[in-house]
Amino acid sequence: MTKGVDVDLENVWIRFGDFVAVREANVNIKGGEFFSFLGPSGCGKTTILRSVSGFLEPSEGNVRIGGRDMAGIGPNKRPTALIFQNLALFPLMKIWENITFSMEVKGASKAERRKRADELLDMIALPDQGEKLPSELSGGQKQRVAIARALCAEPDVLLLDEPLSALDLKLRQHMRTELREIQQRVGITFIYITHDQGEALTMSDNVAVMRAGIIDQIGSGHTVYNDPATPFVASFVGENNVFRGKVKSIDGDMALVSTNRTGELLARIATTVQGSLKVGDPAMMFVRPEALNIAPDISSAPNRFAAMVKHEEFEGQIYNVFLEGSEGKEIKMSLVNIGKERQSAEGMNLTLEYVPEQAIVLPAGELASE
Amino acid sequence: MNVGQLFKDFFAKNGIGLGTFLLVAVLFWVVILIVLPQLSMLDFSFRHHLPPPEMGGPKDTYTIEHYKYLVLGAPGADTSYNVVDLGVFGRTLLAALFVTILDLLLCYPLAYYLGQSRGGGAIRILVLLLIIPYWINEILRAFAFRIIFGESGLINEMMLAMGLISNPVDFIRANVALYAGLGYAYILLMIFPIYNVIESLDRNQIEAARDMGAPWWRIHWRIVIPYAKPGISSGCTMVFMLSAGALAAPQILGGPSSLWFTQIIYQWFNTGGNWPRGAAFAIVLLVTCIIIVLSMMRLFKVKIGDIGK
Ligand SMILES: Nc1ncnc2c1ncn2[C@@H]1O[C@H](COP(=O)(O)OP(=O)(O)OP(=O)(O)O)[C@@H](O)[C@H]1O
Ligand SMILES: [Mg+2]
Repeated sequence: MTKGVDVDLENVWIRFGDFVAVREANVNIKGGEFFSFLGPSGCGKTTILRSVSGFLEPSEGNVRIGGRDMAGIGPNKRPTALIFQNLALFPLMKIWENITFSMEVKGASKAERRKRADELLDMIALPDQGEKLPSELSGGQKQRVAIARALCAEPDVLLLDEPLSALDLKLRQHMRTELREIQQRVGITFIYITHDQGEALTMSDNVAVMRAGIIDQIGSGHTVYNDPATPFVASFVGENNVFRGKVKSIDGDMALVSTNRTGELLARIATTVQGSLKVGDPAMMFVRPEALNIAPDISSAPNRFAAMVKHEEFEGQIYNVFLEGSEGKEIKMSLVNIGKERQSAEGMNLTLEYVPEQAIVLPAGELASE
Repeated sequence: MNVGQLFKDFFAKNGIGLGTFLLVAVLFWVVILIVLPQLSMLDFSFRHHLPPPEMGGPKDTYTIEHYKYLVLGAPGADTSYNVVDLGVFGRTLLAALFVTILDLLLCYPLAYYLGQSRGGGAIRILVLLLIIPYWINEILRAFAFRIIFGESGLINEMMLAMGLISNPVDFIRANVALYAGLGYAYILLMIFPIYNVIESLDRNQIEAARDMGAPWWRIHWRIVIPYAKPGISSGCTMVFMLSAGALAAPQILGGPSSLWFTQIIYQWFNTGGNWPRGAAFAIVLLVTCIIIVLSMMRLFKVKIGDIGK
């Protein structure tokens, strides 16, 4: 199998008339990596992908695949294969013809194509389905056919545009694992697009989080989740409780934030802004639902605040407690279900605490809208 | 499917009042306007050509003499087949086929362009431009073509002025005007069905094919044309049927040597005053056209059900 090659975006801008769809994108994707673009609808993910696959030339900047500048090279000449948001299987061709279309283009004989189709059908666990038409397959099966069709072209880079979005939850989770397995087996570079942060985190080696045409942060799922670079990333990736205020004091990588309504709270300064965040700066403090806990006593401390239970939601392995703090916005706390009787009840006043190192301080900025 | 159930569903969907109206309207349309006139023509075609007083008399029996006439000619003629009429018949069908192909070649790219460009204003204007010729009646259109293609017409004048030719070309005699006129008359009937299907073709399929390295001709051959087949065949059917059955355009634009089969039919009905013979000829034309269309559809694997889509 071909090994994946690097994909580099260098200072890429993409404009549609006056509208800037992608702003100064700098991304280095290593060969064989599973890389995701994560962002809300309309933030420019598809646009970036189209510039890599060649359906769109960047207005400015370079796209390099395997070190080679792709300017002026059409989609049919690039070593990429694109899996479309709606799969775009050819409805009038049999499954095996769909899968081997790229070989047909190159003039392979029918026998060769049949053979290769059978191999790929085995790989995607759909043996003997080659004679069917796409309309005769289920959603998940079509999905796999689209992957096989793209892999048949033996691309160096596989581009996937939210290919799982049309599937139901169970199948989506199953396909995540399957995609990851396929990627590790074939070893080529996968560039994956999604607005589902769970998908991005479970599958990717690295994630680029996008907001309205801007890439806010690139890093491993772990980094993006635990050490977000902007308030947008902190609020878009996973769930977060936010407290607004000003930086009161800084001690090493820890900062004390005097929040507008919840008193003073201690948290770690996000790695990217350590050194640049100053005392007196407007700031946002983020603490995740799973980092919150019920304090054993009601004494006050810079990692504690009070809140009143509004309602609860039982999810099986965890239960979510929604509380009203002094910020006005609902606070969410997720407690692991360890089989014990719950300690909270509606209307109850609780003191919550968290480990300060698990909370993050960032300069105030735009949040992801719910 | 059970017919009773079909009616029940139909009335359940449309209500008794509207359902009855629709049913009666369709029945009226089909029976009174389509089936009965054709049946009477069919009946006519098997009767002797008699003066009115003898109609219904003892001599008014069924006969196949008119069909025989078309194939074998008048009894005692010097050729054993009706070479003239059969020749015209064959030439008419071939010419209609030619017009159909010409229109298809012209219209497919146009329909593809119209269907795939997601444009607004410019596209609508283009479509409007295609409709305008239909506001003008057939006769006027045909005569306009006669003027354009005439010996001192616009085209000859222009080509003379540009020095492309030294003597005017007789487009009428060469049937260029006829083909152009017929092709032009039915362009819309070809474009719209194709445009309709192509418009619903998912653009991503074209891009997917391109992404997999397909050149444009293969994209059309493997993706667009198979998808557009129902539209193409309904366009071709209409253009073929209407060209073969056209009367005004051949009358006005046809060269002196080229007779259209419809003109012969018209002569029998009109100047010949032999309605049964005209009816027989017309029925032969109709049946042959239907057979040709059906066998073409068979050849290109189009189902009749697909065409209505
Ligand atoms: N051809 C185009 N002309 C003008 N604007 C465009 C064009 N293509 C995309 N856009 C705009 O660029 C922005 C980004 O679009 P894009 O399709 O990349 O979003 P996306 O992140 O893929 O969203 P989604 O998750 O909904 O697919 C959108 O605001 C869109 O309206
Ligand atoms: Mg998209």
